[in-house]
Amino acid sequence: MSIQVGLRGKAWFEALTGKNSPMAGDPDSVLTADVKIGEDTARFLCVVPNPQARFPCARRGEVGLEEAYTLAARVNEVIEQNTSADKQPISARPIIAIVDVKSQAYGRREETAAIFLACATAAEAYASARMKGHPVITLVVGQAISGGFLTHGYQANRILAFDDSDVVIHAMHKEAAARITLRTVAELDRLGHEIAPLSYDVRDYAKLGLLHKLLHVEDPDKPAQATVTQVQKELIDAVADARAGSTDLGNRLTSKAARETRKASVAARAHIEEQWMKA
Amino acid sequence: MSYATVIPEFVLRQSFIELDARARAQSLMDPGSWRELVGPFDRIESPWLPEQGIAPQFDDGCVVLKGAIAGKATVVIALEGGFQAGSMGEVSGAKMAAALDLATRDSQNGKKTVAVLLLETGGVRLQEANLGLNAIAEVMASILALRQHAPVITVIAGTVGCFGGMALAAGLSSYIVMTPEARLGLNGPEVIEQESGIEEFDSSDRALIWAINGGEQRVAMGVADELVLDDAQKIAAIVRSHVEAGLPAVHRSQQVDLYRERIRALDTSRQIDPLTLRETWGGKTTVSKTRKGVTR
Repeated sequence: MSIQVGLRGKAWFEALTGKNSPMAGDPDSVLTADVKIGEDTARFLCVVPNPQARFPCARRGEVGLEEAYTLAARVNEVIEQNTSADKQPISARPIIAIVDVKSQAYGRREETAAIFLACATAAEAYASARMKGHPVITLVVGQAISGGFLTHGYQANRILAFDDSDVVIHAMHKEAAARITLRTVAELDRLGHEIAPLSYDVRDYAKLGLLHKLLHVEDPDKPAQATVTQVQKELIDAVADARAGSTDLGNRLTSKAARETRKASVAARAHIEEQWMKA
Repeated sequence: MSYATVIPEFVLRQSFIELDARARAQSLMDPGSWRELVGPFDRIESPWLPEQGIAPQFDDGCVVLKGAIAGKATVVIALEGGFQAGSMGEVSGAKMAAALDLATRDSQNGKKTVAVLLLETGGVRLQEANLGLNAIAEVMASILALRQHAPVITVIAGTVGCFGGMALAAGLSSYIVMTPEARLGLNGPEVIEQESGIEEFDSSDRALIWAINGGEQRVAMGVADELVLDDAQKIAAIVRSHVEAGLPAVHRSQQVDLYRERIRALDTSRQIDPLTLRETWGGKTTVSKTRKGVTR
């Protein structure tokens, strides 16, 4: 496990953009930069730990109220620029979410102030960008957990992840999931090896068919120049692939792995459609 | 003297909360207009639960009815809170997303189709973990696609409430209808207590939970639209009025600048008194044309 969640995200944001500060008016926990990648000027976004955050339950890299609304605003900004200056959807700017989030913020202030709505606005911004032809690419460099991932990253039309033991994509962190499902952590680990959707191993996650690609990178904690160049190339390829595909999430059902692992999804959808036509 | 005049209204009232998901969905639709899609007799169930020694259910806890409300083409999708706490699994999620996508397709082809979601859910079904989380992401994407054409109306009646990732799905809806028994929030009280300590949230404090997550508070602070008593007829009438109202001018989840400013203005040095949000946020945010306040 990383010493602190979010640090790897920050390291990769810096490596890919050459910048490490928030945009004017934004909290220190959301880094945003516009950087040339291939032929495009992509917008990169990353949530990082902010020990001085106003909200005490959102200081360790969680997605809280400020983070969610800032992401929403910065993504919507790209869509607005596109519709005012450039009406060609084909050249809509790529949006790249660098993801290393341990979770949503678990606090009373957050619940009182309706964090569910905050998270919805950010997810909507990413999804709207995707539906309007922006290639939305998610790069999971560390953790991508639960509501944090739903808010920041899961609406992308292409998801890339590092093939690394510190990369964890999951519905809930292991200790909490064990408590809630009345299992031990050891039991959860054993089940994860047998039942792919339960696994905390990113290679098992890749079997679900939701990932565009698993990236094999050298020492992801300390991005070297060669590795950065390699990842940039993968991002450019993913942008091109997204532009060539549809603007929905259909690729998560049609990928080779999904056709194998998500048979039940495919069957349920086919049955609903068949009966819909008759009803 | 007729019975109606001597028997108080609350005695004759048909509770909505006491109905199961199927009966709830049926009670909202025009009589005789609906047909259930992929019902229990189709036996499309979770492939993951039996492997873990958990009994699956033939409809995976998700009921899909296609029919009409107020004469308008509508699909009602109801989660059964009595099965695995209404949690989203691979199959229940695929059923919901597929129905929403077909409503979008029909709408694009000229047959505008509204969706009504009856959400009683704790969020992701942890026994299907990553496929449940992705199912919610797909449902959210499908809600947003349909919302370009026709309203998506969420009803949270209780008693499970709407939590976890599905609270984001509710947040994306055109309208949210709640009863005073219903709760809406991202993190349930037990999860907050477990993650951040009992000083942060005492999950045994029911008054505190309803003061924050309860239907009355959510509507009064403007993050939900209608508060309605647990009465099947009244809930059906409210849903009908929103089906007829069509899309709101602006969706709440698009009002980023407004809410960003509100968050900026909060004093975070102490816990936030929910009542103050009724004053500072309440009433002025709701863009629903049909807002009538509390329907009693």
